Amino acid sequence: MVRLYTDDLSIGYGERLIVKDLSVQIPDQQITTIIGPNGCGKSTLLKAITRIISHQSGSIVLDGKSVTKENTKQLAKKMAILPQTPESAAGLTVGELVSYGRFPYQTGFGRLTTKDYEVIDWALQVTGTLDFKYFPVDALSGGQRQRVWIAMALAQETEIIFLDEPTTYLDMAHQLEVLELLQKLNKEEKRTIVMVLHDLNQAARFADNIIALKAGQIVKAGSCEEVISKEVLRDVFQIDAEIGVDPRTKKPMCITYNLLKGE
Amino acid sequence: MKSSIRFSIKFIIGLLLLFAIFIIAMIFGAAETSLQDVWNALFSNLKNDQINILREIRFPREIGAVVVGAALAVSGAIMQGITRNPLADPGLLGLTSGANAALAVTLAFFPMVNYFGITIACFIGAAIGAIMVFSIGAMKKGGFSPLRIVLAGAAVSAFLYAIADGVGIYFKISKNVNMWTAGGLIGTNWSQLSIIIPFVCIGTLIALLLSRQLTILSLNEEVAVGLGQKTTLIKTILFIVIILLAGASVALVGNMAFIGLMVPHIVRAIVGTDYRAIIPMSVIAGAILMLVADTLGRTINIPFETPVAAIIAIMGLPFFLLVVRKGGGAFQ
Repeated sequence: MVRLYTDDLSIGYGERLIVKDLSVQIPDQQITTIIGPNGCGKSTLLKAITRIISHQSGSIVLDGKSVTKENTKQLAKKMAILPQTPESAAGLTVGELVSYGRFPYQTGFGRLTTKDYEVIDWALQVTGTLDFKYFPVDALSGGQRQRVWIAMALAQETEIIFLDEPTTYLDMAHQLEVLELLQKLNKEEKRTIVMVLHDLNQAARFADNIIALKAGQIVKAGSCEEVISKEVLRDVFQIDAEIGVDPRTKKPMCITYNLLKGE
Repeated sequence: MKSSIRFSIKFIIGLLLLFAIFIIAMIFGAAETSLQDVWNALFSNLKNDQINILREIRFPREIGAVVVGAALAVSGAIMQGITRNPLADPGLLGLTSGANAALAVTLAFFPMVNYFGITIACFIGAAIGAIMVFSIGAMKKGGFSPLRIVLAGAAVSAFLYAIADGVGIYFKISKNVNMWTAGGLIGTNWSQLSIIIPFVCIGTLIALLLSRQLTILSLNEEVAVGLGQKTTLIKTILFIVIILLAGASVALVGNMAFIGLMVPHIVRAIVGTDYRAIIPMSVIAGAILMLVADTLGRTINIPFETPVAAIIAIMGLPFFLLVVRKGGGAFQ
């Protein structure tokens, strides 16, 4: 039983369709990553599923109900979205920013309850940002800031979390830190995680499932071994890739690649 | 929560300061009046020349200053929050000029119009001006960049002021139009206030009720949607609030730039970026600034009035440059 899926989904602005007739299932309690070249519709797909942008036709279904028909606040208790590089929340402290994750549970003027404070502290704890609770967000490094935004999404207490390129602008160590945090949330908290990633090897290492998109359509969706293959990468990225096995994780990895020539 | 206690203290200090400045503003003016006269005018049934001047001229005028200062400051704060643009201000984004043009047109075609009619015309004009600026600003893909909005605001404002002037000249009512648009708080009376105050109160109240929504919207629109906010609905309501507040201000004082720009920045430096604190504090700070400016206007060159708009502009220009230089502090 899959809780979230799309059916013949088309998304576009005016005449130009960015995603065409896309049907995909998001497996529960697993990490799914979406890969594909620039402009293939990865972010667009993510935004449409999380109702940030509207779609033209087809449907997005969560728990048997269309996402566009569901009450947006109820939906915010089921899925959280971390957009690509949110503007820095100048002037806010880490604790304040994370407290906004409780918004879907509040009514009226928004006084925080004891439960809210517990969840906020838990989210800070899990993401390792509790020490910065009273620091201004803009005083943090890029990696710390990203973890704070993840903490805010966690404070939403949703079973599904979407992230649009959560590792952008981070150095290698901080990228790993963020991805390991997400992996921990998936393993220990059973959260379903869906993210757009650029790095194929990171996608393969951390994902249970990969969706490879090209020109708004799925080229291949499945396990890492199925998707990170010579044929799929040739089709999706127009590269001639050498696929090996990561000696530590036993996951497929792209060891080296060249651009395809003369086609 | 500790921060809410700290905010309460700041808010109470602000209120006391506002009250003190209000009393000072009541004492000083072209006609000599004493603290005793002010006390009697406010709290007794006594009557004499001084007391009558205070009750019928100075008191409504200072109430007008409080109302307009608060309205402009709150509308500026909302605009800066919605657009995430540190330069947003009713004067810079076409609302003031739109209301002005509507005022001129109304006076030309309906010379017998009453004050309520003028107020409504100002609302409509403010809405048209703002819609023009936002649609020009949003024409290019990529949405509202702060710079494009300000440029669109400048162009639209120039156009709408030209319409106001043109109508004034063509229908030979320039003097009449100017009396409205450049008159500042001169001649503010109780009957005008009784029309303006309800609009400003309703607008401010809605702004307060939606202040938490505004904070979330000001973070990032995608984040706001993700958190379950009905962003289109919230933005529409706030847009109407801005028009009520800015339109009412123009109906009462005409052009008054910079208050809506300056006050929210000052307030953010005092209470931070949560609009639940920014909105109420903007009410107080806007009122104080306007009272100070009006009192200066009445007293620097007695018995002549120095236009409040000029005083605000003189205070506002260096501030504007500072915001540009700092890139808007809270918006970086």
